[in-house]
Amino acid sequence: MSTVTETPEERREIIVEELEAVTIRFAGDSGDGMQLTGSQFTNTSAIIGNDISTLPDFPAEIRAPAGSLPGVSGFQLNFSSHDIRTPGDVPNVLVAMNPAALKVNLPDLEEGGTIIINTDEFNAGNLEKAAYTSNPLEDGSLGAYRVHRLPITTLNVNALKQEVKLSRKEMDRCKNFFALGVLYWLYDRPLAPTREWIKAKFAKNEEVARANEIALQTGYNFADTAEVFTTHYTVKKADLPPGKYRRITGNEATAMGFIAAAQLAGRTLFYGSYPITPASDILHELSRRKNFGVKTFQAEDEIAAVCAAIGACFTGNIGLTGTSGPGVALKQEAVGLAVMTELPLILINVQRGGPSTGLPTKTEQADLFQAVWGRNGECPVIVIAPSTPSDCFSMAIEAVRLAFKYMTPVFYLSDGYLANGAEPWRIPDVNALPEIKINFVTDPTNFLPYARDERTLARPFAVPGTPGLEHRIGGIEKQNLTGNVSYDPENHEMMVKLRQEKVDRVAQDIPDIEVYGDETGKVLVLGWGSTYGAITSAVENLRREGHAVSGAHLRYLNPFPKNLGEVLKGFERVIVPEMNLGQLSTMIRAKFLVDAVPFSKVKGRPFQIREIVRKVEEYL
Amino acid sequence: MNTNGNETIEHKDNAEAAASPEAYAGSMAAGEVAPPVAKLTKQDFVSGQEVRWCPGCGDYSILNNVQKVMPELGIPREKIVFVSGIGCSSRFPYYMNTYGFHTIHGRAPALATGIKASNPDLSVWVITGDGDALSIGGNHFMHVIRRNLDINYILFNNRIYGLTKGQYSPTSEVGKRTKSSPSGAIDYPLNPLSVAIASEATFVARSVDIDVKHLGQTISAAAHHKGVSFVEVYQNCNIFNDGAFESFTERAVRSDKMIYLEHGQPLVFGKERNKGIKMNGARPEVVELNSETGLTADDLLVHNIHEPDPSVAFMLARMQQPDFPQPVGIFRQIARATYEDLLVAQIEEAVAKQGHGRIEKLINSGDVWTVG
Repeated sequence: MSTVTETPEERREIIVEELEAVTIRFAGDSGDGMQLTGSQFTNTSAIIGNDISTLPDFPAEIRAPAGSLPGVSGFQLNFSSHDIRTPGDVPNVLVAMNPAALKVNLPDLEEGGTIIINTDEFNAGNLEKAAYTSNPLEDGSLGAYRVHRLPITTLNVNALKQEVKLSRKEMDRCKNFFALGVLYWLYDRPLAPTREWIKAKFAKNEEVARANEIALQTGYNFADTAEVFTTHYTVKKADLPPGKYRRITGNEATAMGFIAAAQLAGRTLFYGSYPITPASDILHELSRRKNFGVKTFQAEDEIAAVCAAIGACFTGNIGLTGTSGPGVALKQEAVGLAVMTELPLILINVQRGGPSTGLPTKTEQADLFQAVWGRNGECPVIVIAPSTPSDCFSMAIEAVRLAFKYMTPVFYLSDGYLANGAEPWRIPDVNALPEIKINFVTDPTNFLPYARDERTLARPFAVPGTPGLEHRIGGIEKQNLTGNVSYDPENHEMMVKLRQEKVDRVAQDIPDIEVYGDETGKVLVLGWGSTYGAITSAVENLRREGHAVSGAHLRYLNPFPKNLGEVLKGFERVIVPEMNLGQLSTMIRAKFLVDAVPFSKVKGRPFQIREIVRKVEEYL
Repeated sequence: MNTNGNETIEHKDNAEAAASPEAYAGSMAAGEVAPPVAKLTKQDFVSGQEVRWCPGCGDYSILNNVQKVMPELGIPREKIVFVSGIGCSSRFPYYMNTYGFHTIHGRAPALATGIKASNPDLSVWVITGDGDALSIGGNHFMHVIRRNLDINYILFNNRIYGLTKGQYSPTSEVGKRTKSSPSGAIDYPLNPLSVAIASEATFVARSVDIDVKHLGQTISAAAHHKGVSFVEVYQNCNIFNDGAFESFTERAVRSDKMIYLEHGQPLVFGKERNKGIKMNGARPEVVELNSETGLTADDLLVHNIHEPDPSVAFMLARMQQPDFPQPVGIFRQIARATYEDLLVAQIEEAVAKQGHGRIEKLINSGDVWTVG
């Protein structure tokens, strides 16, 4: 390949333009490797110092029929020379590997945006599968865009067929790397990180590794030499705080956070789970961390998964279960058991579109009620929600801290967008991580299993194996102090109130909610969970235009931070953007009698910054 | 403060250990915490909670026998956990002076799995009934058995729902008239032993509440088995299904209508020890041993609990009154690595290969870059 990599003697004139931020969407068939292509572009951009934010968007079907509309897989990436918090409202560039990808994604592209099209796939068959009645490459319908037509499949095969001994099909599988090479040239990225990745990934199959490397290099060279592009672009390093960084998704951060928490607590992490999208990656990640002593248990069902986790809690270890909405519905009875037995169960819900099977691969925040109120009886749990992929790490540690300190279950609400979205993560200093203390009792003198800590109301934690502290717990109402079965009406009411009080007292132990902007003003945009990026950016934009708008983001949903009521009072209006029909806003209205305005989006997609800006403008 | 949760990594048992009392005791001694065990008595295992089963309930006998067996195991009380689901039998843990967890309907096996897997040093007992184990908990029943955790699983089968006051259960016979089946049950019943054997059980036994001596021996054998021990106990509910088993368990008819399976022995039964089970092709048949038939004990099927192939155990489990004597005893006992041993072994292997995991290294893995 040395002949191809040589710089041509006479270089054509190329304009170099500097951009602040670019949003690219890679789209193709679900077998085309678009997630991989997008991830590689993301990694490289992060390594060279851009800020990044991503939104993978893939179909629930593993391989819908090739070329079909439901089979389109997309990966959106925003990379920037300044601080960004979302994967971008509208793509500036669309890479469409086939007609279906073009059809599905074109409506999202910015006006006059750039399209890079693999023209080879625009044959009669594929056009029909994408329900095109005429070829968009010929009928003038793309006139408003800057279209680059590249016969990627052909160029790729031509580059490979002399060089590698692979079947046509195998060579075609490399075409995403050809496309990636083109994009690397276009946005002035180095090839080295992806080359390294290819070498490691295909270490056992050198021929495939070589083919992918050639495809990548050829794509790059083609863009450099062929007179398709007249401009290429640079996006400078972002001004991120100094430190060591890595790219991280929410699911990765969640898994690492719980591993870290287990080490901080000096206990074994036990993860009971049943495979479910979009939470399975946490199971995958934890199950390969056995050298941390992590025990993963792939249960026969969701109920067994949570029950096994409760069993692990009972033995004094970190009992964790993870799932998505439908799984939570199945686990709730067992969560009630953990509330009744006052054990520190932790439940991860990576929320997805519901109800029922709903939209398994899409994001939503409609399980807030399910977390706060979704069990029989008066059954309070602590509910927390990370706000960014990085925040998943900190909140995982926080979940463990609170569960053990208060001896009560904690719900950890992530969602599909956080789970799969990536951003740069400033790697924390391990020594700065909080300490997690677990107070096991070992002294049999006057031991009472349901005695209470004065401050937290937590009961003492006596685990099997401790001599002299043998006792029985269970789901039947407990007599306070002794833990014996009790049907006494007065005791029941007291215990119901005690369990509630225990959760309420957590408010004293969590940070106040911070206001982004002024403490008072016209509008407060209040959010929770993964809407953080879009809300904060929207508020930032509005403030830049001089509007009296502030933002605040809840990471603690039950109980709320103790200053929340005061914060809400400082504003004429509270707007609550949520990916549901107004669950947090309902809670806010109920608790604080504030006329909070819900702003709902339930499309399986995160909010765009401009959507929130427009909504807020209605109230200015 | 470490109360033994983490030593489990050091706890190592021979997965192939024969299911003998010696091997079991040896494995217990291998745990890091091995205080001298004071000789305990049955009374040490009585919790002092008022027992609230109906007078005359078969559960009393089972409780009594379990409490009697406990001291013989040489396991300190604090290392024993009784886990139950919901139902009359599931009140059991409250009456044992050990650690106990009365959980939710059908889920005791899942809780027990988490308890044993997170702390293999504990002796874990699941107490369940026919509704708890086979209806609402049917899925967990199958899976806890196939995973072969070293736990003991005792199913009190009274063929009725007692706590909810008398509906038919998944082991009730067809035609059973109850409050919820006034015209007779039309569900075909499950045979718990068949399901256990089909689920790859490594220890399968059956006993009867009123056959006190046999029950004690069976529970003891179950406790000594390394791996999941499944014991079905025919238990009389004298309120809602009185006499469900008396046609063959009554002392007067027991010898003729039941057969006690004994390892290495031919399948002989009858008051006069003059009847037996002989294979006729692939099927069992009841034969008389006398000069007329010319058959002796040598012609009978010899019971082998260690036979790797479960077919004969399954066949024996299917024998029932009135065509066959109702079999009790150990049907099957084979050695197989336990779930928790394999889990711990994988962790040890990972540690040996990669070293003890360090958070610092973990969070600094992947593509890392420096800013500033």
